[in-house]
Amino acid sequence: MAFGISVVALLIGAVSLWLTVYYGIGMWGNNSTIGWGFGIINFVFWIGIGHAGTLISAILYLFRQKWRTGIARFAEAMTIFAVMTAGLFPIFHTGRPWLAGYLIPYPNQNSLWVNFNSPLLWDVFAVSTYFTISLVFWGIGLVPDIAAMRERAKSGIKKFFYTIGSLGWKNSNRNWQNYERAYLILAGLSTPLVLSVHSIVSFDFAVSILPGWHTTIFPPYFVAGAIFSGFGMVATVLILLRKAFHVEHIITINHLETMNKILLATGTMVGYAYGMELFIAWYSGNQFEQFAFINRIWGPYMWAYWIMVSCNVGFPQLFWFKKVRRSIPIMLVIVILVNVGMWFERFVIIVTSLHRDFLPSSWAMFYPTLVDFGLLLGSFGFFFTLLLLFLRVLPAVSIAELKAVTPQAQPTIHLNGHNGHAEEVHLNHENA
Amino acid sequence: MGIDPRSNEIYCVAGLFNTPDEIMIAADKVSSEYSDFDVHTPYPVHGLDDAMKLKPTKLGYFSFTFGLIGTISALLMIGWMSGIDYQSIVGGKPFFTIPPAIPITFELTVLLSGLTTVGVMLFLLNKLPWTNNPLMDTEYMKRVSSDKFGVIIRASDPKFNKEEAINFLKSAGSYDVSIIDKFERREDNTRAPIFEKKFLGILVMTAIVVALGTYVTLNWVLFQPPFDFMWSQEKVTPQQPSTFFSDGFSERIPPEGTVMRGVLPYEYKGLPDSVVKYLSNPLPFSKEVLEKGQNRFNTFCSPCHGYYGEGDSRLRGQFPNPPTLQSEKVRNWSDGNIYHVITNGQNVMPSYASQVSREDRWAIIHYIRVLQRSKNATDQDVGATDSTSTTVQTQDTTKQIQADTTKK
Repeated sequence: MAFGISVVALLIGAVSLWLTVYYGIGMWGNNSTIGWGFGIINFVFWIGIGHAGTLISAILYLFRQKWRTGIARFAEAMTIFAVMTAGLFPIFHTGRPWLAGYLIPYPNQNSLWVNFNSPLLWDVFAVSTYFTISLVFWGIGLVPDIAAMRERAKSGIKKFFYTIGSLGWKNSNRNWQNYERAYLILAGLSTPLVLSVHSIVSFDFAVSILPGWHTTIFPPYFVAGAIFSGFGMVATVLILLRKAFHVEHIITINHLETMNKILLATGTMVGYAYGMELFIAWYSGNQFEQFAFINRIWGPYMWAYWIMVSCNVGFPQLFWFKKVRRSIPIMLVIVILVNVGMWFERFVIIVTSLHRDFLPSSWAMFYPTLVDFGLLLGSFGFFFTLLLLFLRVLPAVSIAELKAVTPQAQPTIHLNGHNGHAEEVHLNHENA
Repeated sequence: MGIDPRSNEIYCVAGLFNTPDEIMIAADKVSSEYSDFDVHTPYPVHGLDDAMKLKPTKLGYFSFTFGLIGTISALLMIGWMSGIDYQSIVGGKPFFTIPPAIPITFELTVLLSGLTTVGVMLFLLNKLPWTNNPLMDTEYMKRVSSDKFGVIIRASDPKFNKEEAINFLKSAGSYDVSIIDKFERREDNTRAPIFEKKFLGILVMTAIVVALGTYVTLNWVLFQPPFDFMWSQEKVTPQQPSTFFSDGFSERIPPEGTVMRGVLPYEYKGLPDSVVKYLSNPLPFSKEVLEKGQNRFNTFCSPCHGYYGEGDSRLRGQFPNPPTLQSEKVRNWSDGNIYHVITNGQNVMPSYASQVSREDRWAIIHYIRVLQRSKNATDQDVGATDSTSTTVQTQDTTKQIQADTTKK
C-alpha cells in the first residue's frame, strides 16, 4: 500500500523529469529574476534531511550514546537515499544532465579545468564525498548483519547474495578488532564532514552579494536547520515504521522523546538564527538588507514566511512539555509540520531574496509550474520507494550493535593489561 | 549454490561458550597454549583483545597517512589546475590562494582517509572477501553469529593434536566441542577465492557491460534527441543567411558613431596638414619603444623605404621610387604629419591603419627620428667638442645601426 503510493509518486516525478529533459528548464517556473526555484529548494531540503543519519550514527557514536543503536542503521539508510534524491536536482537544474561529467576535474578533450573558486563546485565535492562516506559507513555496519542473515538464509539465491554482501565475514575477534577501530575512525571523519557539507551548501548563498543571502550566520544556521529537518524526517518515518512493523520494543518511546528534545534544541537554534538575521539587517544599517527582511515578513510571500516561522519555531516549543514529548499523535503532527516548515525555509530564503533585489525594474514573482510540483512529489516518491525496498531486504536495525548494548552483553571481568595470564584474571564476585 | 560437500581433512576444532565472561577466560587460556586460534563472537566483546594478546591494530596509521596524501594531492591539484594550467580571472581574485581551496581539500582528505580505512580494514587486515571459509554453513557459525561465543584451534597450529585440542576446550569450559572439516571442492580452500572462475567471470561481465554502456552512450545516445540539440539548434553558420532577422544578416550594422572597444577613431581624416602637425607623440622616448619601432619599421616600412629610410629598398624599380625620409622636408615635418601619412597613405603608399596599430605607428615615428638624426648628427647629439672625433663617432653609430638592422 505504502509502496504503491510511493511508486505512483515516483512515476509522476519520472514523467516530470522526462518533460524537463526533453523540453528543457523552461518547463520549470524559474525566470530571469528567480533563476533558482524549486530545483535548488528541493536540493537543499533533501541534503538537510540527509544530515540526520550520519549525525545520529557518527556523532552520537563518538559520544557513546547507546540509544542511537535502535535508529542508527535506519537513519543512515535515510541519509543515503536523501542525498541521492538531493543530487538529482542540481544535475537536472543544469539543463544538460548528460554533460554532468564536466563537473569533475578530469583531463577532458577541451583541456578545460573546473573553477575551484566556485561554491557550486565545492558542492560537487562535498555532496559526492558525503554520499560516498555515508555509503561506506552504512555498508560496513551492514557487513556483520548480512553475515548473520547468510547463516540463516534458506533459499540458495538469498544465500548467494548475502554471501557476497557479507564478504565472508566470520565474526572473528581478530576482525572485530580492526572493524571497531575502522568504525571509530570513520565516525571521527564523518562528524566534521556532516558539519562541512551543509556549511558548503550555505556558501552557495553566503558568498553572493544578494541581500538576505550575504550573511556570515549562514553556515551554522544551515547546519542547525539541516539537523532539525533531518531529525524531523527520521522521527516522522520512525513513528510510522514502529507502528507498521510492531517494533515498539526496539524503537521505544524513550528514543522518540530524546529525538524530540533534539528537535526542540535545534528548532530553537533556527529560531535564534531568524531573529539574528532581522537584528543584523537592522543593526548593519544597510537599506537593501533591511528591505529584504521587511519584504520577507510583509511582502507578497509573507504567507511562506509565517508558515516557516510557526512550523519551525512555534510548534516545536510544545516539546517543552513532557506530555507532548511522549504523545505519539501530537508528536507525529509536529514532526510533519517541521518538515513542511523546513521546506518553506528554503523557499523563503531562495525566492524572497531573489524576487526583489537591488533593482526594482527587475523585480518579478515566482510561480511554480505543474512540472515543479511533479518533481517535488517525485522526489518524495523516489526517497520512500528506496526506503521501503531497504526495509524489505536489509536489516533496518543493527543486529550486532543491538546485541552489544543489551544488559549482560559485555564481560564483567577484566584482564590485567596486555600480558594477562589465567592466574592474573580478576574475577568479580559472581565467578569467583 | 547449495552447501558444498566436506572432505575428511580436519580444519579446526571448535568449542562453544555461553557467556562473555566464559569466553574471556577461555580466550586467555587458549592464547597461552596455542598460536593458530581464533575467537568468534556475535558482536565485539570488550577486553577480548587483551585476553587473546592481540597487538593494537595498525589501522590508524593508514588512515592518517592517506588523509595526509589526500590533503597534499588536493592542494597540488587545485594549485596546478587553477594556478598554473588554466588561469581564469574571476572577479580579479588571485589564481590560487588557500582559503577557497579549503573546502575541496577537506573533502578529499576525508574521502581518501575514509575509503582507505575501510579498504585496509576489510581487504588488507581482515583478508576479506573470503566466501568459502570452512567455518561457513556450520552449526558453530550459526551459533556464534547469533548469541554464543566460540573458540577454534586450527589444525595448522604446530602443537595441534585432535584429542588434546578437544580435551583442552572441554577443560576450558566449553559446553559443545565440534570438529570442522575443510570443503571438498577446492584443493587449497582456505584462501580468498578472488581468482575463482565465477568471480573473474562476474568481473569480466561487469567490465563488458560498463564499456558497452559507455560506448553506446557516447556514440549513439548523445546524438539522439533531445541530446542532439547542439547540432540542431538555431545558430549562425558562416556564409549562410540567418533566419533570425528579416534582412538575412546575422549581425546588425552598428549605429552611427559607435566606437569599437579598445579603438580610438582617427579624427583628422580629410583635414589639412596644418591641423595634423599639432598631433603629438604620446609614447615616451625609451629603449623598449625604439626597439618596438625598429621592429615594426623593418617589417612594414623597409620594403619600400629601406632600412635607413633613404628610399633605396629591395623593391626599387617595381614601384615608383618612394621618397627618402632623410630629406629636409620630412625632417622638418611634425610627428603628426608622419602619423597622418602612415594612417591615410600618400600617393602610391596605401593606408597602413589596419596593419600597424596606433601605438606601433607612434613607435615607428620615434624610430624614424632616430634614423634621421643618425644621418644628420650634430656635435650636440654626441656631446663632443672636437669636430674630427664627432665625425668618426657619427660614422660608428651609423655602422652600429647598420650592423643591428642587418642582423634582423
